[in-house]
Amino acid sequence: MPRLNGAQIIIRHLERQGIRIVAGIPGGANLPLYDALAASTTIRHVLARHEQGAGFIAQGMARSSGQTAVCFATSGPGATNILTALADAYLDSVPLVCITGQVPSSLLGTDAFQEVDTYGMSMPVTKHNYLVRCAADLLTILPKAFQLAGSGRPGPVLIDVPKDVQTEIIEFASWPEACPLQVQRTDEPESIKVAAAMINEAARPILYLGGGVIHAGAAAEARQLAEQGSIPTVMTLMGLGILPSDHPLSLGMLGMHASRATNLAMEECDLLIAAGVRFDDRATGRLSAFCPRAKVIHVDIDASEIGKLRPADAAITGDARQAFADLLPHVRQRDRRQWNGCIRELQQAYPRFYDQDFAPGRPFALIRRVAEWVGPEAFISTDVGKHQMWVAQAYPFTDPRQLLTSGGLGTMGFGLPAAIGAALAFPERPVVCFSGDGSLQMNIQELATAVEEQVNIKIVVLNNQSLGLVRQQQRLFYEQHYFASSYRIAVDFAAIARGFGMQAYDLAGASDPDALLQQALRESGPCLINVPIDIEEEVYPMVPPGAANTTMIGDEYAQN
Amino acid sequence: MHRTDPHSPQEVKTVNTAILRLTVNNHPGVMLQICGLFARRIFNLEGIFCTAIDQGETSCIWLKVDETEKLEQVIKQLAKLEDVLAVEERIDARERISAMEAMMARIG
Repeated sequence: MPRLNGAQIIIRHLERQGIRIVAGIPGGANLPLYDALAASTTIRHVLARHEQGAGFIAQGMARSSGQTAVCFATSGPGATNILTALADAYLDSVPLVCITGQVPSSLLGTDAFQEVDTYGMSMPVTKHNYLVRCAADLLTILPKAFQLAGSGRPGPVLIDVPKDVQTEIIEFASWPEACPLQVQRTDEPESIKVAAAMINEAARPILYLGGGVIHAGAAAEARQLAEQGSIPTVMTLMGLGILPSDHPLSLGMLGMHASRATNLAMEECDLLIAAGVRFDDRATGRLSAFCPRAKVIHVDIDASEIGKLRPADAAITGDARQAFADLLPHVRQRDRRQWNGCIRELQQAYPRFYDQDFAPGRPFALIRRVAEWVGPEAFISTDVGKHQMWVAQAYPFTDPRQLLTSGGLGTMGFGLPAAIGAALAFPERPVVCFSGDGSLQMNIQELATAVEEQVNIKIVVLNNQSLGLVRQQQRLFYEQHYFASSYRIAVDFAAIARGFGMQAYDLAGASDPDALLQQALRESGPCLINVPIDIEEEVYPMVPPGAANTTMIGDEYAQN
Repeated sequence: MHRTDPHSPQEVKTVNTAILRLTVNNHPGVMLQICGLFARRIFNLEGIFCTAIDQGETSCIWLKVDETEKLEQVIKQLAKLEDVLAVEERIDARERISAMEAMMARIG
């Protein structure tokens, strides 16, 4: 009969759950947990330098692998610091289990040292959360937390464990079985038939695919559906990689920074087949003007997403892979020559790229060079800002889960720790973090973690010495009143990286920047590459926030 | 004398309200979850009554919800909460809820 304390129960359960890496930071209220972790022979602890970093390292593991990842933080500031990473995971549906220490039960509610209401604060940013009352409850809460995080629409689950619960010794008969992930079957033959008929009848359909398709492992089925019906396909930021960028049916990303032809094509479509998407405002622009002539088929595992923002003419509530598999036998093989021809005309009239975009030193040229040298097996993490949008526009993605990026919350500081997480989960694969000088400074302390763990990541800093997207909005919508959007000092990121013990290169003033970049990318272990970018380089075209997606400004076709 | 005016604000209000009955796990965070959901999703909650049932394992929560257009979304979001075991729309309970409201007003 096992006789263990609460902390030992947690660690043993994580081992039984197959967890091999935990990212976190110890503190007063989770020391029993760390004492138990020290005795584990199978779990490797990765000591982050800030709890937000720990949360994003866990996210990097979870996003790259699709498996639930675990992070630890102490009470009070530890918990508040990790909340951003949980909110980020919640908005992008990433499976995490976060275990926080809490002050002893007897002190709860007394404003004790390092006490905050972690349970109350994490409630709106987690799929579910627990405040554990006694050690025995851990035996049901732990397997349930993993089941919840990974089932249905994935998401973060927080377990707040008071210190006395961690040290409480109990004796129990046997370990609970790990709860299997719940499979949500569609089993809606009627809506499948209705949807298939709508697809077969549509003259100008568009597939609109998002992160949910990736979570469902449905990229192959989505591709088959697109090819079977010759259906042009757009992807959200979270969906990039479902179709390879160079696939003839891929129209790339839709929305605020889509190519002009993509947004114009959507205006013409008569059927929108939306799967694993939530009609986010960055994707749809002004909702009332989004695909105004289209009927909507909406496939989502989360029933509350269907009809939340745009009514669906046909709804399939369930797993996208199963939904596509059920649809495929009913979807007629069609070539839709006229519709695809019309889209090709749009693409010829409004090309996505111009030769001058690839001139040396320009962002697209840099991004394509990196892609060429790291190859298709590389994971790409980004931070948030101009560099993120340039990567979304120009990187030749070939696979789902290849791009790790903060979509819903748009958290600057995501890229570096997420890259560390992906490299920990896949030590054999190259990982590139595209970052900006603004974003990198939001979690720059994780350079130390990267060096300590000797993870194989290359950090490419597109350095325009500004908060570029903010500055761009000030230019476009605030009469060029640039305020608080550029940095008055130039930070020497290469020197800082070296200070952390990391290899570093600076392309500023290099006689052959390409050769230097290639050399840097060939380094083994972590390496930072600073790349100066002109502050005037903008992300175009752009749909003004709140405007219809057809109102694109900034490129040479803009009417205004 | 009581006169029914279909355009009086009070009458409109009654038409717009829905009555929901939830069965939830009975623990200290559940009320916060329900009220937090309404607050952050900007759903109008007019009234709430909660009592433990089943020897305290679960609670029954009656909600008076001032939403008709968003009612389906309210119900779907409530159903998503892990501690919510069942959501029923209970138009039939409207009169009893009104009687209870009147009684609460008298207790004042």
